[in-house]
Amino acid sequence: MSEHKIELSINGRRQRATVEGRMLLSDFLRVDAGYTGVHVGCEHGVCGACTVIVDGLAVRSCLMLAVQADRCKVTTVEGLAADENSLHPIQQAMRDEHALQCGFCTPGVVMTLAALTGGAEKPDAETLLASMSGHVCRCTGYQGIRRAILKLAGESEAKQP
Amino acid sequence: MKPAPFDYYAPKSVEEACALLAEAGGGATVLAGGQTLLPLLALRMSQPFVVIDINRIESLKFVSRADGGTRIGPVVRQSEIISNDILKQALPVLVTAAQHVGHHQTRNRGTIGGSIALGEPAAELPATAVALGASIEVRSVRSVKKIRAEEMYLGPYATALSSDELITSIDFPEWPVNTMPLFREIARRPGDFALAGLVGAVVIESGRIARAGIAWFGMGPTPIKARQAEAALVGQSIGSLDAQRLAELAIADADPFDDRHATAEYRRTVARRIFVRTLSEALKQRQAA
Repeated sequence: MSEHKIELSINGRRQRATVEGRMLLSDFLRVDAGYTGVHVGCEHGVCGACTVIVDGLAVRSCLMLAVQADRCKVTTVEGLAADENSLHPIQQAMRDEHALQCGFCTPGVVMTLAALTGGAEKPDAETLLASMSGHVCRCTGYQGIRRAILKLAGESEAKQP
Repeated sequence: MKPAPFDYYAPKSVEEACALLAEAGGGATVLAGGQTLLPLLALRMSQPFVVIDINRIESLKFVSRADGGTRIGPVVRQSEIISNDILKQALPVLVTAAQHVGHHQTRNRGTIGGSIALGEPAAELPATAVALGASIEVRSVRSVKKIRAEEMYLGPYATALSSDELITSIDFPEWPVNTMPLFREIARRPGDFALAGLVGAVVIESGRIARAGIAWFGMGPTPIKARQAEAALVGQSIGSLDAQRLAELAIADADPFDDRHATAEYRRTVARRIFVRTLSEALKQRQAA
């Protein structure tokens, strides 16, 4: 069993910790760092609820070790909105389009969309819709999520097959 | 904590990684993208004493054109394959295959080397390596050697890799720019394992097939090279191909099984159809161009 000193940025704040090699990034973010917006569903890479952004890319935090995030920039759903009283445009679109019900899968969905739309290149609706294969939502039947995505991509429902 | 305890090492060089592997005497597991290993660790189906993380080895992250082929470092992510300009040009069928691996979120971590080393029989990348005639460069403290992709896979998740060996490059031979790519996968949902899949490349010179590399995935205990169909294709005029007969030959090399996802008979039926359809569509596209 090995222990490791890590230092990473979480939502812009520098965090130092000592972790066991086997600590999953998802558990570290929730339990040690307190970011409970990281939802753990299946804990083996199927459901997508624990998706966070690591160095600009959407990844499943249950499929990374915490020690692997050493020197990385991690963003969780807590780090998206500008302040307590506002929503990130993706969160707003999902709220407007009733893209969530119980909310368990929502942080993961939001983080994938935030990663894909956060760069210089703006992906089309097709790309965003395809990325949803990596998320399981048991409430909405995905229709609200689909509408929110089309809204974000600036496309009308009628244009989509 | 979900995984059983292990010692974690993140070497910076191949030499260091090989030394650690040798020292562990079979008790170590290499961690590349982790998209299969981490679930196995979390479920404690895998309980290595030592985990050797190769993500900090910069010399394993490259895509380069070299003496008649393309070399890809094992720690190149599946998402990087999809966006790589060299690969789009040199190995478009590999790019297509990578688009079918897992989901966007897992492709951002998952690597070509990890997929090749795992040897999942229904996976896209091992079958692509087999179809295109790739070879796998493998290093240990004992030796550097090359394993031909078609000799790599011995059974489900069983490969010719020894426990002290590390993949250091996946080398694809040259396929000309106008190579006709073949790819089709049948899965219930995007990201699911293939029930049956076909991947390959066909070179056409003055109306005849000059070279063909074709493999199945999800059609047996390993990726399977459709040798009889390849041999029958070469020399044929593209105007007079009997796709049905070729499909029968291709199926003859496959060895599908019953499992809870599909029966062997279903897989054979589907495979026959996707072979005919994929080949016919590719040829039609070629003739229109």
